[in-house]
Amino acid sequence: MAGVTRTPTSLVQGGKTRAGIGESTLRPDGTLKVTGEFAYSSDMWHEDMLWGFTLRSTTAHAEIRSIDTAEALATPGVYAVLTYDDLPTDVKNYGLEIQDTPVLAHGKVRHHGEPVALVAADHPETARRAAAKIKIEYCELPVVTDEASATAEGAPLVHENRTDHHAGHVPHPNIVHRQPIIRGNADEAAKKADVIVSGEYVFGMQDQAFLGPESGLAVPGEDGGVDLYVATQWLHSDLRQIAPVLGLPEEKVRMTLSGVGGAFGGREDLSMQIHACLLALRTGKPVKIVYNRFESFFGHVHRHPARLWYEHGATKDGKLTHMKCRIVLDGGAYASASPAVVGNASSLSVGPYVVDDVDIEAIALYSNNPPCGAMRGFGAVQACFAYEAQMDKLAAKLGLDPVEFRQRNAMEQGTLLPTGQQVDSPAPVAELLRRVKAMPLPPEQQWLSAGEGADVRALPGGLSNTTHGEGVVRGVGYAVGIKNVGFSEGFDDYSTARVRMEVIGGEPVATVHTAMAEVGQGGITVHAQIARTELGVQQVSIQPADTQVGSAGSTSASRQTYVTGGAVKHTCEAVREKVLATGRAKFGTYHPAWATAELLLEGGKVTTDGGEVLADIADVLEDEAIDLELEWRHRPTEAFDLRTGQGNGHVQYSFAAHRAVVEVDTELGLVKVIELACAQDVGKALNPLSVVGQIQGGTTQGLGVAVMEEIIVDPKTAKVRNPSFTDYLIPTILDTPTIPVDVLELADEHAPYGLRGIGEAPTLSSTPAVLAAIRNATGLELNKTPVRPEHLTGT
Amino acid sequence: MRVTFTVNGRRQEADDVWEGESLLYVLRERMGLPGSKNACEQGECGSCTVRLDGVPVCSCLVAAGQVEGREVVTVEGLADFAKQRAEGGGCASGVCGTSVAEAQQWQARPAGSQAGEQAELSPIQQAFIDAGAVQCGFCTPGLLVAADELLERNGSPSDADIREALSGNLCRCTGYEKILDAVRLAAARGDSHTAGQGA
Repeated sequence: MAGVTRTPTSLVQGGKTRAGIGESTLRPDGTLKVTGEFAYSSDMWHEDMLWGFTLRSTTAHAEIRSIDTAEALATPGVYAVLTYDDLPTDVKNYGLEIQDTPVLAHGKVRHHGEPVALVAADHPETARRAAAKIKIEYCELPVVTDEASATAEGAPLVHENRTDHHAGHVPHPNIVHRQPIIRGNADEAAKKADVIVSGEYVFGMQDQAFLGPESGLAVPGEDGGVDLYVATQWLHSDLRQIAPVLGLPEEKVRMTLSGVGGAFGGREDLSMQIHACLLALRTGKPVKIVYNRFESFFGHVHRHPARLWYEHGATKDGKLTHMKCRIVLDGGAYASASPAVVGNASSLSVGPYVVDDVDIEAIALYSNNPPCGAMRGFGAVQACFAYEAQMDKLAAKLGLDPVEFRQRNAMEQGTLLPTGQQVDSPAPVAELLRRVKAMPLPPEQQWLSAGEGADVRALPGGLSNTTHGEGVVRGVGYAVGIKNVGFSEGFDDYSTARVRMEVIGGEPVATVHTAMAEVGQGGITVHAQIARTELGVQQVSIQPADTQVGSAGSTSASRQTYVTGGAVKHTCEAVREKVLATGRAKFGTYHPAWATAELLLEGGKVTTDGGEVLADIADVLEDEAIDLELEWRHRPTEAFDLRTGQGNGHVQYSFAAHRAVVEVDTELGLVKVIELACAQDVGKALNPLSVVGQIQGGTTQGLGVAVMEEIIVDPKTAKVRNPSFTDYLIPTILDTPTIPVDVLELADEHAPYGLRGIGEAPTLSSTPAVLAAIRNATGLELNKTPVRPEHLTGT
Repeated sequence: MRVTFTVNGRRQEADDVWEGESLLYVLRERMGLPGSKNACEQGECGSCTVRLDGVPVCSCLVAAGQVEGREVVTVEGLADFAKQRAEGGGCASGVCGTSVAEAQQWQARPAGSQAGEQAELSPIQQAFIDAGAVQCGFCTPGLLVAADELLERNGSPSDADIREALSGNLCRCTGYEKILDAVRLAAARGDSHTAGQGA
């Protein structure tokens, strides 16, 4: 596009090794990323562009009595100021499943930081200062911030007159969705229990804290449309929500994925997309919006904080009898992904264990807290934290080793989930626990260095020099979890791939074009590997993801290697058939194997499965290009019954186990995680280096929740208290231990290459393993994340 | 105001700079060097780390006016910077750092191809790719500048040294293990390089 000087480019990767699936092929975007040339969404730039700024509510729940933009609009350098009244069509809300989120607040704000007005100016600081001149008269309303206040008699309704498809079955309008699951008879089975344990668990609100802030560039087109360069997880989902608000047909909103600086669920919902387009269309100029970190905390949904009540029973010989649980997730002011999070939390609430008699209820609230939605682990994380604490309590009460107790109850292939669905692929839960336990433990007292006293860097408190080993106690803890892979509950979860094969400079070259959002996970690396494996080419060009090709679905739910990887494989196979058909037509009469043998594309040639070369691909294709765009979908799923929760709702499962080793300064309540070992079944490691990177990264996000991460919302005002990296802490390299990883590959015959989605499972079990280790070190009960010093010292 | 300083060996001038602009903003938005990243703009994440007269700083916390007449190296200039350091004898002792005089003598080479694999990389850049230390890559530029400076001071750092030196750089994707691998790899390759020269 003329004028845009920094936009995404296609990535070409060749090289001498085969670099097919199963190899640790390096990223095609690696060089651009280490030289600083990779174009992230915040790096977009256009001649003559303006800067957009979003004015957000300073209060959580209020009527808007008036908005006066006159002074802001009169500021030199300001080109436009927009409010709700400026929205161009009748579509004024958006949302992933329920369209309840206003593009700009209308008459009311429902949470702290809700967008109210937009400014475009020639400098970001001019826009910010002009926005500060907008006068908004608020009339404060009472807030609801938890289940008690949201469902109390006379509680203010967050959304009045709901008409969404969950409105009819929820017990209160401030409940977004409720999913019970009843199987067997938990009350009856409880009578067989020799021990019963119960507990209440509290999971704090976590932020995705991706490093690349929400940002992008909207460029108005001459046809009245708009070109949008943005960081997202799903281009076509964005498009479906953006176009109606702008009053444009989808083909006039041309979206291109820019470099994405991490996502972790936080980019499933829209942030600045519609705002930038509105400003660009109003001013006729390109508009760039870049959030700073403060605004980013308000600019995306977070992980649902949760309260969970669990009861488990077990017999003396260590077999689970029943489980009852109630999971209350706080969805905040807008629905986002809450209904699907409820589905996951309820259907995976038992964990990777065999329990036939269950009584489960999960709900998500509407409240005036910040909206919560997708984050890595998606409902399964909160449940795992609670059920794993219960497993340790039961083991302790029965006098059994916690790993042994888990293994006696571990799910395996053929086990029924609480939804009645049979697990129909390997479920090596006991084996993962065995592996993680078998890893050698890190040496004791590693802070002691020969003759030089303590290296405080290896101790809790680190360079704060708070202990030289006094009061430091070690603990070890285990946990294991189950995560579903792909979109569940009957969603038509498909992807699209376009693959072109042609001869360039005498060499066969493949071009892969999908709309998959590469957010750092390495999907583009895998696509090139699949193309090489299936088409026998060396050189693969990966086109930038955009909406000129069909939807790839979301980069979430650990699904992209499975689903878009599956689509690339499927399309490559179809391209290969066309190459072979062309070859048969041209050369079939020269060799009988063309008609009789299984043929492959390998090393730029057509070969038999016995390795005999029949032709060069270059000679088969000559000037012809084969170009196909095909959809591919995984096995269909079905919805959960709204009363019983029964249904074949899931596609695939992912299992990981962790062992945490911690050292705790019991006097000051400081924790140092020494090691966090993980064993995970990945089905088939398409790229072993990337697989280990995902496991270590997911493990570290779980560690963050365990000991440091929480968005703190004032329970009286529903205002966010710590929207910065100064006050919301994520693990640094000093907080993160060594993470040895043991990768198991048991193929799932239903999936491409037997692979499993892997990104989320390690985020589940990491947190409860660390909690278990701290409990083991201190003897404290610790039912809340994150563990803070005062929880350990009682002060 | 007008601000003039040296970036990656080239004298650069920016006009109409507002007094409140950071060095990061001027690099990214006025000089066409977006490699230094804007993850927090409050000095907590290290993604905007550059060398200012040889010292690693968060460029988001440096007012542009403070850089007048000084020397800045960003990730875009890191490969040339490392190459000229190596050609100039490097820093075998592990304590020398880069003097202002050295930094001022240094000149950037013409920008290479952007097509990827042909680009000439510094040892730490190559090690980040080879070790799998890059995922989303947003933290990568700051980590590279910080890690390069560590290896300049200390050619064979212990793990504790690496963790201490990189503790100001947040990464959300990798869990840091591959970043440690990358720094170890660059250090090991540096050792064998030196050994090969008989130095």
